[in-house]
Formats: sequence, structure tokens, C-alpha cells
Amino acid sequence: MPTVNRPSRSAEATFRSSARLKELMAAHFTGVDRAAREKSAPVAWCTSVGPVELLRALGYQVFFPENHGALLGASRVAGEVMGRAHALGYSPDICSYLTSDIGAYLARKSPLTRYGLSGAPRPDLLLYSTNQCREVRDWFEFYGREWNLPVVGVTSFRDLGEVEDSHVEAITRQLEGLIPALEAVAGRRLDAPALEQAVERSRTCSDLWRDCLNSSASRPAPLSFFDATIQMGPAVVLRGTAEACDYYRLLKAELSERVTAGAGAPHRERFRLYWDGMPIWGRLRDLSTLFASLGTSVVASTYCNSWVFDALDPRDPLRSMARASLELFIARAEGPKQRYLERMAHEFSVDGLVFHDARTCPNNSNVRFGLAQRLRRASHVPVLVLDGDLNDLRCFSDEQARTNIEAFVEQLEGAVPATAGGGHG
Amino acid sequence: MSAAPCYAGVDSGSWNTKAALVDAAGRVVATAIVRTGADVRAAAEQVVRDLLERAGVDRSAVTALWTTGFGRHAILDATSSRTELDAHARGALQYVSGPLTVIDIGGQDAKIITVDAEGRRVSHKMNRKCAAGTGSFLEEMALRLDVPIGALPALAQASREEIELGSFCTVFTGTEVLGLIRQGKRPADLARAAYRSVVKRVLEMERVEGTVVATGGVVAHHHMVVELLEQAIGSRVIVPRYAQEIGAVGVAYAARAAAAA
Repeated sequence: MPTVNRPSRSAEATFRSSARLKELMAAHFTGVDRAAREKSAPVAWCTSVGPVELLRALGYQVFFPENHGALLGASRVAGEVMGRAHALGYSPDICSYLTSDIGAYLARKSPLTRYGLSGAPRPDLLLYSTNQCREVRDWFEFYGREWNLPVVGVTSFRDLGEVEDSHVEAITRQLEGLIPALEAVAGRRLDAPALEQAVERSRTCSDLWRDCLNSSASRPAPLSFFDATIQMGPAVVLRGTAEACDYYRLLKAELSERVTAGAGAPHRERFRLYWDGMPIWGRLRDLSTLFASLGTSVVASTYCNSWVFDALDPRDPLRSMARASLELFIARAEGPKQRYLERMAHEFSVDGLVFHDARTCPNNSNVRFGLAQRLRRASHVPVLVLDGDLNDLRCFSDEQARTNIEAFVEQLEGAVPATAGGGHG
Repeated sequence: MSAAPCYAGVDSGSWNTKAALVDAAGRVVATAIVRTGADVRAAAEQVVRDLLERAGVDRSAVTALWTTGFGRHAILDATSSRTELDAHARGALQYVSGPLTVIDIGGQDAKIITVDAEGRRVSHKMNRKCAAGTGSFLEEMALRLDVPIGALPALAQASREEIELGSFCTVFTGTEVLGLIRQGKRPADLARAAYRSVVKRVLEMERVEGTVVATGGVVAHHHMVVELLEQAIGSRVIVPRYAQEIGAVGVAYAARAAAAA
């Protein structure tokens, strides 16, 4: 699910804090790479909403392959390399992060070269949670076989209606069961205060990031979805660290200034939209520019809120990690998803919802079981469905997307007149 | 040549570029159609020349020229533009009051547009990135059946046996048709099966409610699509005059409405 560190190329105003963001992300990539090369710290790969706090507490340097997948999409390297994975038996219909990343490994290509890395840093262990999808496990197991490394993880519940204590208990037991393997590779015992600190930092980061996102409930919204996909970098790859918390304090202050000044992103905000589903990484700039040109701001998204973990509690680290992992939107059934979207539409005062139906990401495409139609009927908020993909741009038609978006904005303008008659030729 | 003010609409489609001229009183004065070919701008210029000649109207009398269709942004001397979703809804509303559903089947895409009782567009759906359910699919089928596309309607009229084409995509359906030909199935039955396939794909896109209006080049030239649509939804389907040019008509009305505002 994750994010990209690159200069803001959207149509929107540049953030002052972006300079610090770039430094942080560069330090993250080079730090993990150095640890991998010099063996100065254990290195783990972790899924983007996986139990990273365990790794932080054990002194791991952590790399997030989904972040790499997003980088491959945004840099459009994905299209060059995915075919290598397809030829290996990984279908074009499965997660294009997976096929991009494995393809990039096989082709020895990576956007991380801009940070001086030759590619994704080689880990000592891979840790997944299937709370988001099964693909992450298959993805990590490829590398486990390739490098003969331990692959451990949580096989989570999916499509949960209510998150019940029995679910939380079961995941807590699995987290406990992971600890010996993580300790063995790290060469040290898990220290309870260190875990509590990591969970506390994750929670603080989550709260600050949520505050940043919620600033766009203001009119005009100071932070668009497109910029948020870049700004969320530290919430993904530095969750559980003090640096991430510091960064979001900085960003939050800047957003408060923007709200006070009435500065919106984009500058003109005739309409406010909500984005559900994955970003289309290779078209972020184009879409940002298009929406801005139509005076339309995409003010909130399910995606960027995926790194808000309200349940995290340092007083009960493992159990709260388990609950947080299960409460995520992506792990929930249609009922909670609809209630969440209705609440967000209301809180952010949106004029319409855009659903991205990502061809290779069924788990984060929420239009395939009638949700968009039910939501439209229940809330009377207009909805638009865009066909596309996170990384595989062959599944995306620029022209059709443009027409769909323009037509949706025309619809919001109430463009069609009520008058009939006259065309009698 | 008349110099009374009028409003032109150009619909730059994937196969054809259509144009319509609406006068100040809201009458459609003339329409024209040319092949789009590889030069969208040249086609637009040609269709406007044809339109004005047909209408007997001087270019200087055109108060505004609005565009729609996939090439709408490429036409340089356009005053403004609207998407084809908007243009088709507007065009249909000149003939039928809402609530209505517009089913537009063109060369490269199919659309379902829902309009409420007040004439406001409330939703739209376009086909996915696939030719199934569009004119391109029928062209492919005509090729497989070795007849010109223009001969497909007459061929299908001679059908006696109902055949279901089960494949989802155009390429697979082409292969399926070749297999059926080898089995000895009649081209007439396969032609009708191709039309049924188009209708099925289109109706899978969105629920169809209220008065149904069908537009687009496929509807205008392949009446069997309308017949099969009516069978499938169990009610009458209205095909407006200028079914193929309805986008151009709609966007010309948009130009006129803007001038009046």
C-alpha cells in the first residue's frame, strides 16, 4: 500500500517541510542499505501495515517493499520490468507491486539508485501480515526462496464485520509466536520497555498524521490526496521512530498556518472529492493537474488514512497492535467500509466520491460488491468509478479517465438543463 | 447564405466526426458526418465545412462552436467543450424528458447515462478498457464472417437459430466464432449472436431504469441492437432523430444555452 519519496510534482503548492521530508526519506534508504552492507544491524523487510514495532524494539533496520513498489510505479520503471515476473509465473492479474518489485529485482533495476543504492537492501528476515492481502506473503516467500531467508508473519482475519476480542486474542497469540524467530535473527531478547516505546511512537506518529489529514476538513483543504501520498512517507517507513513524530509536528504546524491563511491546495476549490482505493502512481501528477484545472480538490482518502492506528496503546503493546491491525479499513467487511466512507464523506463535506478500481488490487478496490451503488443510494453523494491500476498502466486509459473525471465535474456543476423539447430538426 | 446567428456542435468520435447546427430558435438546421481518420483537426474542419454548406450558412453566422468527443480538446477554434456524457444527455433531453437512461454505443466505447426527472445527470458509466460491447467488436465480427460491416445488419436478419457467444473479450470471441464456423454454424446466426453479445455487454455495465434512449453510430446503423435491447429490457427504446449526431446536437444546444445565460 505505501508511498513515495520524491519532489512534489503535483499541481499544488510546495510544502516548506518537504525539504526535511526528502532528507528523512534519503536517510531511511541509505541507513537500511548501510546496515545491510556493513552488517551493523539486522535488516528486515516488513509489509506496510505489518507489526513493525516488534522489529524496532529488536533494533532492526526496516525496509518496506511496498514503498519500493510505489516508487517503481511513480518512476514508471514498473512497466519495463513487470514482464520478467509474469514470465516467471506471477500473473499480470495479481498485485502489480509484487510483479513490479520481483521484475525489478530480476532486471536489476531500481529507482533507489538515486539514493546511491544498487537496489532494495538485502534483508536477514522477512515479516508479513496478511491483514491487507495474501499477495504480500507470496511476495516475501519469493525472496525467502531466492535468498534462503526466514519468512515469518501473521495470517490475519479478513473481511471482518466487528473486531471481536476472540479475533484480537488470536492475532496476539500469533504475534507472540513470532518473537523467538525475530529474536534469533536479531541476536537479542525482546525488551518490554523498548516495545512499549516503539508502540508509543507509532501511536504518536499515527495521531499526528491523522491531525495532518484532518486539517483538510477545512475549506479550502490545505492538503490534497495527491500531496498526502507523498507526505505520508514517514508514517509508512519510519513508523515507531522519533523522527517520524518530529516530522509530522513540523507538517502539522505548516498545515495549521495554511488553514489560518485560507490557503488551499489546489488554489481554487469549487468542489471537494474523496478518493477511495489505491493511487495510480504513474499518473499522480497528471491527475493532480487535471483535478486542479477543474477547480476540484481531492481532500481526503481511505488510502492515506491506512496508516492511522487508533487502537495502539503502549500499556498493552501486543494486544493493541493486534487490534490496530484488524481495525484497518482494508481488513473489514462491506458494512464497516460503507459506514466509514459515509462518515468520511460527511466529515470532509465532500461533493462526490471517486472509487479507483485497480485491476490488480482487488483487496483495495471497493466497488466490486456494489458498495459504490449502495453508498450513492444511502448518502445521495455522487460517485465515480475509475478503472486503472496502481502500477500497471496498461490497465489505465488516460483519455477515458479524463473524460470520466471531466464528466463527473460537469455533473457536479449540474450541467444538464431541465428543459426538454426544441430539437425537432 | 444565411447570416442569422446559430450554434455549431462538433462531436469528434473515434470513427466519425459529427457536426450539428442549431439556430437561435433551437431548431436543428443541419448535420454532417465525416470519417475521423488519423487527423482529428482536419476531420473537424471538413465536417464544419460540410455542415455550413448543407445549411447554407456563412461561417461568420456561427456565434459559437462547441466540441465534444474524444478529440474535443484538439479542435483549435472551438469556443468551449463538453464531455460526450454531457453532450449525449443534453441531446437526448431535446427529445425526451427525464427521468431517462441514455445508452450510447459508439465505435470505441459504450456509455450508460442516467438523468433524473429534473434533467440533471446523476450518474454515468463507460465501458472498461475493452472493445466488447462497442462498434469495434462488430467490425471484428464482420471481419470473421467475411462481410463488410455495412452488410452485417441484413445478414443478421436472416438468422434462424439462437447462438450464445460466451467469451468476454473481442479476441476470444473472434476465436469462438471461428470455431463455430468450423462446426457449420450459419453466418446469419453468428451475426445475430454478435449483436446479442453487444447488448449483453452493455446491459452488464449498469442497471437501466426509466425511459430508455439509445444513441450512437452503432444504434443508428444496426437496428437489430435496438430490437435486442427492447427484448432484453422488456420495454420500448427510443431512438431519437440524429441518433448518430446526438452528441453534436447536444453540445450545440450547450453553446446556445451558454449564450442565452
